Amino acid sequence: MNWVVNPFDEYAVEAALRMCEVVTGGKGKRFGEVVVLSIGPKKDATKEIRSCLAMGADRAIHVVAEDAALDSFVVANIVKKIYEEEQPDLLLMGKQTVDGDSNQAAQMVAGYLGLPQACFAATLESFPDKKELVVGREVDGGMEVKKVQLPAVVSVDLRVVAPTAVKNNQSEEGYEYGDGPRYASLKGIMKAKKKKIDVKELGDLGVSTDLRVKHTTFAPPPERGGGIIVKSVDELLDKLQNEAKVL
Amino acid sequence: MSNVLIFCEHKDGAIKTSTLPAITFGREVAKHTGGEVYGVVVGSGLGDAGADAARYLSKVVVVENDGLGNYLAETYAPVLAKVAADLGVSTVAATATNLGKDLLPRAAALLEAGMVSDVIEVTGGKAFVRPTNAGNALGSVEVLTDVALATVRQTEFDPAAPLDAAGAVESAEAGDIDSLNAEFVQLNLSESTRPDLSEAKVVVSGGRGMKNAENFKVLEELTDLFGGALGATRAACDAGYVANDLQVGQTGKVVAPDLYIAVGISGAIQHLAGMKSSKVIVAINKDEEAPIFQVADFGLVSTWENAMPDLIAGVKKAKGA
Repeated sequence: MNWVVNPFDEYAVEAALRMCEVVTGGKGKRFGEVVVLSIGPKKDATKEIRSCLAMGADRAIHVVAEDAALDSFVVANIVKKIYEEEQPDLLLMGKQTVDGDSNQAAQMVAGYLGLPQACFAATLESFPDKKELVVGREVDGGMEVKKVQLPAVVSVDLRVVAPTAVKNNQSEEGYEYGDGPRYASLKGIMKAKKKKIDVKELGDLGVSTDLRVKHTTFAPPPERGGGIIVKSVDELLDKLQNEAKVL
Repeated sequence: MSNVLIFCEHKDGAIKTSTLPAITFGREVAKHTGGEVYGVVVGSGLGDAGADAARYLSKVVVVENDGLGNYLAETYAPVLAKVAADLGVSTVAATATNLGKDLLPRAAALLEAGMVSDVIEVTGGKAFVRPTNAGNALGSVEVLTDVALATVRQTEFDPAAPLDAAGAVESAEAGDIDSLNAEFVQLNLSESTRPDLSEAKVVVSGGRGMKNAENFKVLEELTDLFGGALGATRAACDAGYVANDLQVGQTGKVVAPDLYIAVGISGAIQHLAGMKSSKVIVAINKDEEAPIFQVADFGLVSTWENAMPDLIAGVKKAKGA
């Protein structure tokens, strides 16, 4: 299996970089530090951490743990512990992993830390005083605008990497990023090799590692019965009326 | 310690229909635990929402307070956790709407409880089945804590029917309300007279193959002939053809209508994850190799430009419109 950075987490890295750089004349200059936290197996996660550093993150923390030792609760506890050590202004996370699909960790971390949360963020606006964040949240039927004081926990949705989704009110007016997360430049990749990755063993963190949810088995979903290809719209209409009886 | 508590969303003095599948989930859990199914209604200006919820639940706790007018996870999660603790329930559940997904994990943290997302089947008092990997695997999960939290996939449980006799309605204090300086600013609702995507009997969706926003009008016409809901792929939303909240898929809405018509959609697994439980799937795509045809009951290899006028005319005729 080829390991990749969870897409939503890659978007969180991109959003963090956009928040922490002043773009003038098309050139970005960093004014804040972006720290990447990854929890995962030793070898596989290291490569993914380097790719986030190559995008432009400044340094990384790698908590070494096997997937089977993790559930949302353990992940939230680890993130909480690292948050307490690092004291960042903002904790950005992807809204869900695309394998576990749980969509829980950010909300849990916020609950444990007693911090405000803004989940499923599609737009982010920060201000030079770093006091608050205005977040556009994708909710059922539309977009909710929520304001949170920093520090806060934000989980990002797909649209946060749209060209003007992140504004920090310091970059030049009307600047548009490319659509999607940035590619690492060759220079970025070379630099990433020298950036610091602080490796910690899960057992040394002093957080609870008791699972609260256990996956017992995985099974493939039921197959759909084979369909047919119809030759014409008339045949389709006939099938919908007389066979499927949905028309 | 074996009762179930359902978080009931409400609007205009009634509970939302999206809550009813969660109540069905609660009844199935209660069959295993031998307990009762309770509800909680939170907000301000609730009107008869508590009484409405009690039509389906043996007891409903109403927490009404001016400080709870707009939903905030920061203020609602402590209320939900407090009601759950006071009632001593063993399960707390809500439908996996955006609000449910935002609220329940925070409440789980406050209750020190394990949580399962997007449950599609109940196999025991604390044992559930949920889809993972964009629906490509079904995981059996067991919650190991005394209290289990769950969000429920709306399309996989029937809406609950009312009880023969309505349950009791009690009110409870909210306790200290602290928004942690989080503030609801506004809700920009997409204007639509169509039914909710998650509840529509018919969904007509378009993909990148529709090429632009203007072309979606032909899909809207077909949608409205069925009184259905309009959907789209992520690519079509990202390209700005339609509003983002119409996205069907792994990270958008999950739908399971009686009839799903996919037009100009190739069928990426992320999209299939959001619609393959539909009862009847129709796919119209010019590429006969498109993966969408593997899940379609009826596939038509054609451009939408060629197929749609005849399809609309045929549906109009069938409906006598």
